[in-house]
Amino acid sequence: MSGQFVRLGEGERAAVRFSVDGRSLSALVGDTVMVAMLLAGRKLRTFEFGGEPRAGFCLMGACQDCWVWLADGRQLRACTAYVEEGMALLTAPPAGRWPANAS
Amino acid sequence: MAGERVVVVGAGPAGVRAAEVLAGPRLNVILVDENPAPGGRIYQQPPPGFSRGYRQIYGFEAGKAERLHATARALAQRIDYRPSTLAWNVYEKVLYVTSGGVHDRIPFDALVLAPGATDLVLPFPGWTKPGVYTLGGAQVALKHQGCAVGRRTVFIGTGPLLYLVAYQYLAAGAEVAGVLDTSEPELARAQTLGLLSGATTFAKGLFYYWRLKAAKVPMLGGVRPLDVVGEAGVEALRCRDAAGQEFQVAADAVAMGFGLRSECQLADLAQCAFHYDQPLRQWLPTVDEDGQSTTPGVYLAGDGRRIVGAGAAEVGGVLAAYAVLIDFGYPVSLGTHRFWRAHAQNQNTFRRALEAAFPPPVDLAAEADDGTIVCRCEAAAAGEIRAAARQLGASEINRAKALCRVGMGRCQGRYCAVAVQEVLAAALGLSPEAIGRLRGQAPVKPVPVAEAADA
Repeated sequence: MSGQFVRLGEGERAAVRFSVDGRSLSALVGDTVMVAMLLAGRKLRTFEFGGEPRAGFCLMGACQDCWVWLADGRQLRACTAYVEEGMALLTAPPAGRWPANAS
Repeated sequence: MAGERVVVVGAGPAGVRAAEVLAGPRLNVILVDENPAPGGRIYQQPPPGFSRGYRQIYGFEAGKAERLHATARALAQRIDYRPSTLAWNVYEKVLYVTSGGVHDRIPFDALVLAPGATDLVLPFPGWTKPGVYTLGGAQVALKHQGCAVGRRTVFIGTGPLLYLVAYQYLAAGAEVAGVLDTSEPELARAQTLGLLSGATTFAKGLFYYWRLKAAKVPMLGGVRPLDVVGEAGVEALRCRDAAGQEFQVAADAVAMGFGLRSECQLADLAQCAFHYDQPLRQWLPTVDEDGQSTTPGVYLAGDGRRIVGAGAAEVGGVLAAYAVLIDFGYPVSLGTHRFWRAHAQNQNTFRRALEAAFPPPVDLAAEADDGTIVCRCEAAAAGEIRAAARQLGASEINRAKALCRVGMGRCQGRYCAVAVQEVLAAALGLSPEAIGRLRGQAPVKPVPVAEAADA
């Protein structure tokens, strides 16, 4: 599956390894979590009140529509957090975590 | 009294210039900014390790960006500069902030709010689908990250940002599928004289327009978006042209924005009085010429006070700082003060012409189908808002919020309040002003509860 975003340049940075829903991926140091995820896919998270995919909107920390989960249950705002080596990102809350998605 | 503490919120053009004027031996200045580096959104910097130069990132604005960054860097040695810090509440002359999981409360003698703006968003079917972004967001992807939001992006909306971002995408090598303006070109023509009062900015706008034309990008005025085609993502944007003909543009991303709206939550929490601005279709804090609000000790500058643009924001920052100094009893050169006030006045003519040339197409909200989602946080549709108004008697926006959750979500109404006003006003046959103003709540953005509990 191709990604939503396209990198137009600025490719001379060190690689960072991370995962989304268990799938191993690679990004570059300085990529936001959102850019790292959307270069590889077309979804950031599942919407709580309907189950449809969401992929962010404002990219400036205002709309709050890009919060994703880490495997340990913490949440990150994908547009303002930077990807880090070994991050295990999830597009839905970790199993057993309350509140689970309405869907 | 000496050593008064002044807190400036926001390190964009307005906040940096305010802090620059205030910095000195007399005052204790703290500059709080949510971003990791100064510049605001207009002069947002890429993270360390990126290689593009100023000209490549900021184009015509490279000089201004470089000067503002240099000023901010020098200031960081002289004042208490706190990057990556969210200001999330104001209560009884205390600003509540959080940074890296650490909470702090900052008592202040004066507060200068320069929080900037977001895109003004109006709903149309499919605007919540993945692959639809704000114009500002599309621009941040490019400036901050060197990315485009899609392989082939269609731009829809109105205002100078529509043409600027489309041009920036084109110049960066991204494919621009179309630039669709909801405003009729005649509106801009009617404002030619006023637009000429901002000659340099106007000339830049024409340059972007002609570069897009020369690249054979489809450009149309008087367009209405109908819906976003595609389920898991964007496949096309369907529209109606000025003659009523339907057409669609194939694209895998949509960038949308119908103007800008001021960030006002902190001013609201600081108990500032607001008034309704008819051309901008939004509630704005009431301020005097220099930015003094109705709350003693609270001042506003830049786009967070009223949409003025980056150049005027710098002037607004200087004026707000003068107001602070004067209120503390410190001398300010009358000649300099008058010079900047006159400068600010001149820019008003240009802003008013821009507002008349690119009005937000509020009919998108007022006439939205019942099923169109208006509030993306809570998935509240236009029909639910109308039902709250007609069947449950919600004639005021905060009442509608209580009844159908519109504006209650995590964005606090940033992206739906203007639309909700228009939906309610049309449903009840009232003016948007009569619908009232969606009140701000602390925290203005999500803050981990453990941090807030330590406050």
